[in-house]
Amino acid sequence: MADGTFKDVQTGEQRIRNFNINFGPQHPAAHGVLRLVLELDGEIVERCDPHIGLLHRGTEKLMESRTYLQNLPYFDRLDYVAPMNQEHAWCLAIEKLTGVEVPRRASLIRVLYSEIGRILNHILNVTTQAMDVGALTPPLWGFEEREKLMVFYERACGARLHAAYFRPGGVHQDLPQDLIDDIEQWAREFPNILADIDGLLTENRIFKQRNVDIAVISEQEALDWGFSGVMVRGSGMAWDLRRAQPYECYDEMDFQIPVGTNGDCYDRYLCRMQEMRESLKIIHQCIGKLNNEGPSDVLARGKFTPPKRGEMKTSMEALIHHFKLYTEGFHVPAGEIYACVEAPKGEFGVYLVSDGTNKPYKTKIRAPGYLHLAAMDHVAKGHQLADVAAIIGTMDVVFGEIDR
Amino acid sequence: MSEALTELGTALAKSSSDAVMATQVNAMGELVVQVSPAALPGFIEHIKTQRDAKFSSLVDITAVDYPSREKRFDVVYHFLSMYTNQRIRIKASILEDEVVPSITSIHPSADWFEREVFDMYGIMFSGHPDLRRILTDYGFRGNPLRKDFPTTGYTELRYDEVEKRVVYEPVSLVQEYRQFDFMSPWEGAEYILPGDEKEEVAK
Repeated sequence: MADGTFKDVQTGEQRIRNFNINFGPQHPAAHGVLRLVLELDGEIVERCDPHIGLLHRGTEKLMESRTYLQNLPYFDRLDYVAPMNQEHAWCLAIEKLTGVEVPRRASLIRVLYSEIGRILNHILNVTTQAMDVGALTPPLWGFEEREKLMVFYERACGARLHAAYFRPGGVHQDLPQDLIDDIEQWAREFPNILADIDGLLTENRIFKQRNVDIAVISEQEALDWGFSGVMVRGSGMAWDLRRAQPYECYDEMDFQIPVGTNGDCYDRYLCRMQEMRESLKIIHQCIGKLNNEGPSDVLARGKFTPPKRGEMKTSMEALIHHFKLYTEGFHVPAGEIYACVEAPKGEFGVYLVSDGTNKPYKTKIRAPGYLHLAAMDHVAKGHQLADVAAIIGTMDVVFGEIDR
Repeated sequence: MSEALTELGTALAKSSSDAVMATQVNAMGELVVQVSPAALPGFIEHIKTQRDAKFSSLVDITAVDYPSREKRFDVVYHFLSMYTNQRIRIKASILEDEVVPSITSIHPSADWFEREVFDMYGIMFSGHPDLRRILTDYGFRGNPLRKDFPTTGYTELRYDEVEKRVVYEPVSLVQEYRQFDFMSPWEGAEYILPGDEKEEVAK
């Protein structure tokens, strides 16, 4: 043998070496550009070394040379499965530092679209994880719904994915009434689709065989590895930032936090399914409140937001303000802040250091998937090679946010 | 909320007075603790295990670069306590070539964060099991998030039709990287505007 340990065929004395394989970067179950170097003993994973950074775009560096408003669209490009939830963290960070109050209607719209984002994400995750373990129909059914939701994104802001809709001080534009009605209509129909997917997967023998007791994460492990979101809730901890540290108007919404008991892939799947139903509840409440309270301004008018179009036609000051806002941008008082939201994948946070100019001095984006994937070696050890796909799926990794 | 944090801050300062240099609840209502770098692991172990705080989740590790300071970097740790629903920020100022003790033995999740800080800022962590670059390319040089690293980087790569492979080349920009200066000349711009130097000559 190459390493010189081959002794004799007749005595059978030879050392068996572990087998190293590359999983990805171009693998349909790698959910993007993940490269795993797996050390296999037969079919059992002995060691798993994720190589990340293949989608690294230097977002944090780029942000240091752009104004606060120009930086906002970068957040869409982090977790591109649920773009608006990321923008939310950035807006919250700026609003906290500057002390801007978001108008009531904008707050409701933000919550509404955050929950749409959550459903967007969970549909993608549940169905593609099912595809990783062998089911083809769920993604076909799920993506049809995702398409409808992206149309709602498009109707609100003009873009299906890269929304740039949440702005510091509110949201970019008000929602037309027929869009709100259509979302309500969709939210009434969606439970049927959810029930269909539920019927396909929940009691499916193959799906259960591939997910039950796979990647069991105990409460202590979840804490040690800094997990958040469904990854801790699946292990039985009812930790949800929307409830624990409420932001926006989540404190007045009525919803439940589903938790798992075993902390395995199957429980996390059940959590995600239930979370979508809870999100629907919040969507209905938001729409109810939006309809009751009627139209009002969706931007906190002032230094941080543009003046109304009509005003710009008549007022010189408004015109100057508009010009200055979109060239120089607004200044954020010096200070530092850590703002976080419960993104669909877990705690998405922004650590922002401002030096009082129009550009951030330092931004650190804390992506939930980064920590989840960091525990890959720990979680995947001892599982079979085929389970690796299921584990990547259940961790809900998206490389936009992990590589930044 | 902030009263409880102030209390916690003074309690921490008292219980580990050798590590804590300053505690403060800032205007945003966040507890910030300044710690000496050598005492980091001990202090983090302390706040992880002590009964009334239990900051058991590591949220984030990052660094901030201040090139003009003598102690150039701030290493910043964020912790969360799911038990008391509190957050804490721990900062340690270090010199450019100072080595920070790793906390991977206390929080396994620190592994990738410390690798990232090493990759982006070139800060070394002693006792880290596997301090490799993480986000940048294989064979990358430099520390991208340092303020003296240009945003455009030093190398670019393209597929070479002749060599039939991807080649690395020094960056050549057709147009200079655009860094607009929006600072108003009436509001404290420090540079001299073109033409202003004539004023001195006229006198």
